[in-house]
Amino acid sequence: MKLSNINKKKIESLLTDGKRLDERNPFDYRKVKIETGISNNAEGSSRVRIGKTEIIVGVKLGVQEPYPDHEDEGTMMVSMEFGQICGERYESGPPRINAIEVARVVDRGVRESGLIDWKKLCIKEGEKVWCIFIDIYCINDAGNVLDASSMGAAAALQIARFPVYDKKEEKIKFGEFTDDPLPLTENIPFAMTFHKVGDNILIDPNREEEDAAEARLTLAISKPKKEYIINSIQKGGRAPLTGEELERIVKEAEKIYDKIFPEINKQTESLKK
Amino acid sequence: MAYTKRSDGRKMDEIRPIKAEIGVIPNADGSALFAFGGEEDGTVAIAAVYGPKPLHPAHMQEPDRGIIRANYNMLPFSVTERTRPGPSRRSKEISMITENALSSIVDLERFPGTVIDVEILILQANASTRCAGINAAAMALAHAGVVMKELVSSVSIGKIDDKIVTDITKEEEDWEEGEGSTDIPFTLTSRTKQITHLQLDGGIQTSRLKEAYGAAVKACEKVYEYQVRALKGEKNKRE
Repeated sequence: MKLSNINKKKIESLLTDGKRLDERNPFDYRKVKIETGISNNAEGSSRVRIGKTEIIVGVKLGVQEPYPDHEDEGTMMVSMEFGQICGERYESGPPRINAIEVARVVDRGVRESGLIDWKKLCIKEGEKVWCIFIDIYCINDAGNVLDASSMGAAAALQIARFPVYDKKEEKIKFGEFTDDPLPLTENIPFAMTFHKVGDNILIDPNREEEDAAEARLTLAISKPKKEYIINSIQKGGRAPLTGEELERIVKEAEKIYDKIFPEINKQTESLKK
Repeated sequence: MAYTKRSDGRKMDEIRPIKAEIGVIPNADGSALFAFGGEEDGTVAIAAVYGPKPLHPAHMQEPDRGIIRANYNMLPFSVTERTRPGPSRRSKEISMITENALSSIVDLERFPGTVIDVEILILQANASTRCAGINAAAMALAHAGVVMKELVSSVSIGKIDDKIVTDITKEEEDWEEGEGSTDIPFTLTSRTKQITHLQLDGGIQTSRLKEAYGAAVKACEKVYEYQVRALKGEKNKRE
């Protein structure tokens, strides 16, 4: 959406002095709040609020045939929707490219971090494996929905429990849950998106700042064995980034990971039953 | 097993043989072919440019600039197991990143209210299809005579186990031992080496991303050489 030049100029000139409209510093996050219990019928669910932004995530499990090149591994599918509910700029209809991109970037962060132990999702090799469906809905878009979606997906996966599976009938008994959590590792991905406005870089933009940004870079980072590992990157926007900017973003990303991730992880831990 | 030798015998920083041609589609305002690798096992992309032309429906027009509308299309028979024809979530995403990769090099402010259609077909796939598509598209734009500030060149840098390698193949993408495989497609502007497209899948230490960028700068220079040679009308044969 087009932003009036006055707003954009104001945002840019503030940033040149290291300031923002809501008085945050360029690398400050708004308050993040994670909850669960969106739907009792979901295997796992979460709500993430970052400032006024809100998204909800549901995890459902299904049983499917595995992919022929990974016969002993489970599968995952991530979908995302910006419905009309989340802001006046949105229209009804099937997911557009902005929602598809969020889903695919969240998918890659989860997949590449190794959070899910795919082999443990195998029921019968070559015939039946668990499929994890992650559905993300934006409820209120006040900027930075991508980071919120990634947090929400990671939280809902950690909260989720397997449904009861009837081995004789080879069917899920939907609505009946076990106490077994999903087979997850410690490699929890944390996605953060850097936005470039003029020559300035910031994180966690509100809606106006996101509209003012000409380029963005999302990094999903995990920290197995105390080493920062980038599991996925996605550049968005038309403006280019310089090699120096890339370097700077990576350095900041490590700091932000250490500042924000432990707090989010603590919240998620407290939601696990 | 550590990754010490590439299966096709290339050096770690060696790009596959490149083929670049222009004028492959007579109807188009500009067109090009770009291939990484040989005829038997390479990745081949063709691109056509139509426009700038008035954009319809009119509400999609931008009053102060033109837009680039890319369409990346992987043909069903371009891969080993047939892929379903038509748009997919993957192809829509690649179309978008292609638009972003190209938009900053074209002087779009000269063409308000217009669209430049960039159609990309992947004929044969062996990794780096988005990079081959972007390379062909950049050449097709230049061939069409659209006012451009510079070209872009695209290459996929990989980290296979702990080695940074240039222009990875499908076989290398599937490497699972040691640190596994990481795919990092870069698109860089030809003069200032600015990043107009960057993605990553896998796992790389934050400290090593700079090394990957360095490899991309070097490889993109090579790609650029071939793009320019083709645009100047010099015959390009795979070396």
